[in-house]
Amino acid sequence: MALDQIFGIAGSALNSQSVRMNTIASNLANAGTVSGTDQDAFRAKRTVFKAIMEQQGSVQDKSYQGGVKVQQISDDPTPVRRLLDPGNPLADKEGYVYTSNVNEMGEMVDMMAASRSYQNNVEVINTARQLMMRTLDLTKA
Amino acid sequence: MNVLDNALGVHAQALGMRSQRMELLARNIANADTPNFKARDIDFKQVMQQAQDTTMVTTQAGHVAQGDAGSADGVKYRTPFNTAFDGNTVELHVEQAKYGKSAADYQATLSFLEQRVSGIRKALRGD
Repeated sequence: MALDQIFGIAGSALNSQSVRMNTIASNLANAGTVSGTDQDAFRAKRTVFKAIMEQQGSVQDKSYQGGVKVQQISDDPTPVRRLLDPGNPLADKEGYVYTSNVNEMGEMVDMMAASRSYQNNVEVINTARQLMMRTLDLTKA
Repeated sequence: MNVLDNALGVHAQALGMRSQRMELLARNIANADTPNFKARDIDFKQVMQQAQDTTMVTTQAGHVAQGDAGSADGVKYRTPFNTAFDGNTVELHVEQAKYGKSAADYQATLSFLEQRVSGIRKALRGD
């Protein structure tokens, strides 16, 4: 029976997309964070997805095969911005602070994409569930 | 058991294949944002043809068994309309449309099965 596999597959996608939305929320929350050094500045986080092809590593359950998981969460390589703000207590000797490299517009768009993907997979589950219920009704025909 | 198989006709096999196709499409939709993921689909016509062909029997040691009708045979990679930068060939709207269509197909097969089952039930009851 392949219909019940759909729940695992779409479920793994729901999980991955919600991790993606979490990182976006974290990026947006830290968009205004400033820091005193270049290394300490907040860098936007990016989720990297990977298809679950075989039973591998942390994913042993066969029902997730063919689904998707978050392979890694990596930093956005875009350079952070350097602002002259001598009044800031965090400013370095030259009076500069380092702001995050979060692009708020881009994050909002990414959030929309993640939420649409989430909704898609909810629809997939709904359809599969309805078909499963109808198949069970076969006994009453 | 064989009698019941014949009574349900090709629809019992078709239902299994349709649900397998839906699983494959669900995989595509789940991996819509995965880099380098290649969308796949089942060539339903081909698989159905294989299922209906007379099954070959292995009678000697050197013979190779014919694949099960419900196996992964007939799974092919989709040719996308446009290519993406990240090597992903899932086009979400296409997959959504195909998923909706295959859900309808599944229901159609279910209806045929329901008719068969109610027919058998009538025959058994004799009313």
